[in-house]
Amino acid sequence: MTTTLDQVYENKKATVIDIQGGQGIRQRLGRMGIHPGDTITMLRYGALRGPILIEVHGSQVALGRGIASKILVEEIE
Amino acid sequence: MRIALAGQPNCGKSTIFNTISGYKAITSNFPGTTVKYTKTNTLINGTTCICIDLPGTYSLTSGDPAELEARKHLLSGEVDVIINVVDASLLCRSLELTLQLLELEAPMVLCLNMMDEAQRKGIQIDIQKLSKILGIPVIPSIARTGKGLKELFNEVMSVWGEKRIGKTLKFNKDVEEIISQLDSLFNSEWPVEEKVPSRFLAVKLLENDQFFIHEINPLENIVTRVKLLQEKLEQIHGVPSDEVISSERHALTMNLFEKVSTVIHPPKRDVRNAIDHWVMHPFFGYLILAGIFYGFFNFIFGMGGYIEEPLMELFDQWIGGLEESFGKGSLTLFLSKGVLQGMAGGIAIVLPYLVPFLIGLSILEDIGYLPRVAFLMDVFMHRIGLHGKSIIPFILGYGCSVPAVMATRILEFPRHRFTVSILTTMIPCAARITIIFGLVAFLISPNAALAIFALNILVVAISGKILTTLYPEANLGLILEIPAYQLPPIRNTLKKSWYRIKEFIVIAWPILIAGSALLALMEYGGIEKYGNAVLSPLTRVLGLPVSVGTTLIFGLLRKELSLIMLTQALGTTQVLTVMSKSQIMVFTVFVTFYIPCLATIAALWKEIGKKGALLAILFTLSVAIILALATRVFLEVII
Repeated sequence: MTTTLDQVYENKKATVIDIQGGQGIRQRLGRMGIHPGDTITMLRYGALRGPILIEVHGSQVALGRGIASKILVEEIE
Repeated sequence: MRIALAGQPNCGKSTIFNTISGYKAITSNFPGTTVKYTKTNTLINGTTCICIDLPGTYSLTSGDPAELEARKHLLSGEVDVIINVVDASLLCRSLELTLQLLELEAPMVLCLNMMDEAQRKGIQIDIQKLSKILGIPVIPSIARTGKGLKELFNEVMSVWGEKRIGKTLKFNKDVEEIISQLDSLFNSEWPVEEKVPSRFLAVKLLENDQFFIHEINPLENIVTRVKLLQEKLEQIHGVPSDEVISSERHALTMNLFEKVSTVIHPPKRDVRNAIDHWVMHPFFGYLILAGIFYGFFNFIFGMGGYIEEPLMELFDQWIGGLEESFGKGSLTLFLSKGVLQGMAGGIAIVLPYLVPFLIGLSILEDIGYLPRVAFLMDVFMHRIGLHGKSIIPFILGYGCSVPAVMATRILEFPRHRFTVSILTTMIPCAARITIIFGLVAFLISPNAALAIFALNILVVAISGKILTTLYPEANLGLILEIPAYQLPPIRNTLKKSWYRIKEFIVIAWPILIAGSALLALMEYGGIEKYGNAVLSPLTRVLGLPVSVGTTLIFGLLRKELSLIMLTQALGTTQVLTVMSKSQIMVFTVFVTFYIPCLATIAALWKEIGKKGALLAILFTLSVAIILALATRVFLEVII
């Protein structure tokens, strides 16, 4: 099922399909190892719509909700 | 010969650097500890080398100012050997930078650091295969314990001797074709004057790297040719050219990673994950955060108060003794009293609070707690128009404003950096904390000191809201790596604290003593009256003794001076006998907020320009006057 990263449940995995944004955001995410095709594990949500914590390529990254909502993903069962 | 340590943030470059330099670079467990380069001269196998510790950089594509600093060095053509330090437990992501560094076609050694971490995660790396594919030596290491570093530097010397350059891995054929078209244009029509290989330049231009695009801007026909080729790439792949290159590089990296590494067992159950479950919990995380900072506060106050009291008594006795031996009103008395009071201030007031504070801060930094605080605080920082990463300069600001202002380089957006730089100067640095502890907590009550800290946070938040409304930054959003917890060797933490304490002893303390003596001389000659007279409108409005005026001027040099000079100006270390409790509160509130010290102003000037520094001065001064006045009204009229 295609959705955005901020909608993925905790402890679920998803594959990045597309990053909806300009070169700036693509580069910022790319530097953290997030590109289309990469697998992301959702670790937790912050309180009060705070940032989300994900794991990608073995490292943990905090992402603001706004940014997470620009990452289009396919959930993995 | 020049060696540069390059690698992604938090992979241990500074730790390696410190093993060869003694302790020269601050290390911590958060991305972006090093925001400007540090260098050292060292002797390796009989050759004198300059070793440069660069700020961490995730990629060679334009990034935040700290990354640009690293890139500038790497592209300068003055680096003889690059040591690419890689966190072996994050090999996949790290190789992305490695491939870009290889495009620079300079002698290079790959240092696979944190091998113990990789092992724990069950990642096995075929070192020989990796070395063969990249064409450069690959050395496993554990920098924290020094393991592998000797071999590393031996290899550095040998690649330098042989001028051995690694292999540049090639992208897909169609992409390479376009790269070589551009590359050959450089060679034939426009000779490259840059000190970088022409292929690297071609790739960067296709990647739409703003720095290089700007460089070629005057050459109109290059710009059109580049644009044409960018469009061609976009046509073939259906995505913008920068994305084409980055996915190509990513694919190469993934491919390489799969070739050289195997996961031999699932990551060992890690107690650190269980800790993080609570530390980053949406509810308990905040309780723990409050608990840690409350405990921290009590620890410093407890330690400091315990040491301050007997020391102050001792110095009081000595100062009393001086009067007897030199006689009232003599120059020698004034001078020796000034010197002794300056020394007393350093030993009995500053050190008891400074030492536990700096050790505590170092521990928090080294363990890796600060990025977690950034995660927890992000949502609140958004309320004042900032994001979570800005909490790191703020926390560092409790140590010293200068590194805090420098640390704003880890923020991506200029306006953001501007606002946070000004705000960090309002966070009480160790010197001002000492004043809060030494005057308010010690003479009034610990709770009154806590109230000042709480007021401070509130004011910083409101100021943040005001500044971000004046200078809005549309493009917000947190992207921050949360590194695994580390238990640094105690030795490192202590060394770092010592490094910072030494700064106080060597630089600040002599200034304190000299300042105190100078004030005593001014008092003797009757000059200090003029300073007091100039500031008397201010001191009168705030209801402070006129004699504290000069101490406020001295406080601009070093914040500690305000406290030490206070006892000098008042002529007694028993402040309570000449100032009321509410006067002490007003004084402390004013000193906490008013104009940053000279060193901080210099740092601001450098980071956000003259106008920014000026704005910071005016802004903090008005905030200080308003707050001190409000404190006075509140304490004298209402209570």
